[in-house]
Amino acid sequence: MARKYAPPSSNPERLGMSRFLSLAEAVELTVRDGDAVAMEGFTHLIPHAAAHEVIRQRRKRLTLIRMTPDLVYDQLVGMGCAEKMIFSWTGNPGVGSLHRVRDAIENGWPQPLAFEEHSHSAMANAYEAGASGLPCAIFRGYVGVDLPKVNPNIKRVTCPFTGEQLAAIPAIRPDVAIIHAQRADRAGNVMIEGILGVQKEAVLAAKRSIVTVEEIVEDFGPRSPNAVILPAWTVGAIAHVSGGAYPSYAFGYYKRDNAYYKVWDTISRERESFLAWMKTNVIDEGPGVFAMHARKNALAAE
Amino acid sequence: MADYTPTEMMTIAAARALKASDVCFVGIGMPSAAANLARLTHATDITLIYESGTLATKPSVLPLSIGDGELCETALTTVSVPEMFRYWLMGGRITIGFLGGAQIDRFANLNTTVVGPYAKPKVRLPGGGGAPEIAISCGEIFIIMAQSKRSFVSKLDFITSLGHGEGGDHRARLGVATKGPTKLLTDLAVFEPDPKSREMTVTFIHPGVSRAQIADNTGWDVRYAEKVGETPQPTARELEVLRALHSRTARAHGEAA
Repeated sequence: MARKYAPPSSNPERLGMSRFLSLAEAVELTVRDGDAVAMEGFTHLIPHAAAHEVIRQRRKRLTLIRMTPDLVYDQLVGMGCAEKMIFSWTGNPGVGSLHRVRDAIENGWPQPLAFEEHSHSAMANAYEAGASGLPCAIFRGYVGVDLPKVNPNIKRVTCPFTGEQLAAIPAIRPDVAIIHAQRADRAGNVMIEGILGVQKEAVLAAKRSIVTVEEIVEDFGPRSPNAVILPAWTVGAIAHVSGGAYPSYAFGYYKRDNAYYKVWDTISRERESFLAWMKTNVIDEGPGVFAMHARKNALAAE
Repeated sequence: MADYTPTEMMTIAAARALKASDVCFVGIGMPSAAANLARLTHATDITLIYESGTLATKPSVLPLSIGDGELCETALTTVSVPEMFRYWLMGGRITIGFLGGAQIDRFANLNTTVVGPYAKPKVRLPGGGGAPEIAISCGEIFIIMAQSKRSFVSKLDFITSLGHGEGGDHRARLGVATKGPTKLLTDLAVFEPDPKSREMTVTFIHPGVSRAQIADNTGWDVRYAEKVGETPQPTARELEVLRALHSRTARAHGEAA
């Protein structure tokens, strides 16, 4: 039952996909019901606009993968898009719990949520293994703790050279990776600056990908020779959504709206207030609303 | 008489434990306050690292999240998260890991996962994040936590990160070469591991705190070192720098100080 590794170049879904689409088209063509979807961004560059589009298109039975499920996954879970979540830290950073995720785990509302829990180190290593085309990640971890007792995907392997016992977990190889970045050039290359998280690894590990960007530029211009760039041929759909990471932030464009994260605690606490907010701000809106939010926040930060 | 709060005393005691030569892996919240207080007072040259990949960062305000822009803008360099956990943490380049938790036991094992059974928790906590590997990969671990019977428990509901395990040489038996928790800074006292049993033992009591108060806020029979000292009171400068840091932070995050 060993799963054979298919290199990206042999994956017909992958080739020739790097193209500019509207966000609605990108989601429609890339995300299918039942997919394993990784939306990444470590506090920075979280793809909020794309997540909202997934909600508007009513995707179902998704397995949502993310190191730090925060507001985006609270919204997707609360709107019934997910049947499973794979994560290493879940919460509203600096504020508290995710009420919708907890309601799903504890009460099965709006549907039960299965979950697979890891540590950050494990998930970061598993994304890297996925990007490397390896079947599993090997690292020094999970010693003397209880997670291996409740997560059968955590195993131990012995180093064939030293005999050291190491932890192993399966590589993360999502059907779809969704990220937000600062810029794409006309050729469809994507550049990321600031806190990088695991976005590059997530895109390279995934079968398909969507990148939303603040700007599309003719050329990236002067830059460090070591700038972090995903070449066009590694990227699926690119959608121009300025402000698309709001209320998280985009380094060089706008700051994190910390107040929004705090207000979310109140909005998401009750099912009714959550649904009302989602209707007004997501279901009845489009990606265009993000540019306005981000602009206001950039001005406020000056 | 004292014009400082127990939380301020805890943060200041924790800051004092850090040295300028330390490379410190910092968690959000109280560890971050203590580590930055150290940097802004006696340990100017300390290297602070946050798991979002920011190396040698010097934030002027405390981050609300682990990846605030402030951390990246003031860092020497920012690396990817896999690199952070592989080269820098697992590679053994961090001297101190600074952790907090929801529950702790007498051997400084920590729980940030669940209260109650894992499958049907009473309270679902955020989970381990970086802590399970921070706890075994850093040279030593400092823990900062306010004491209460709910958080200082005789038995953890879930072991999220390893302290001294079951005590004695348990870490070594598990193949872990690092020291583990060497200091636990609370709002009442400073605990350090007993040289043999590795049980966290009170070595300093904060000014004005009684042993009865410590007993009332700990879920096990607290042991005391043979010689227990009194933590020096916060100095005017320590309080001034800490309060200025908190009020800058509150302004930056859009709330009243």
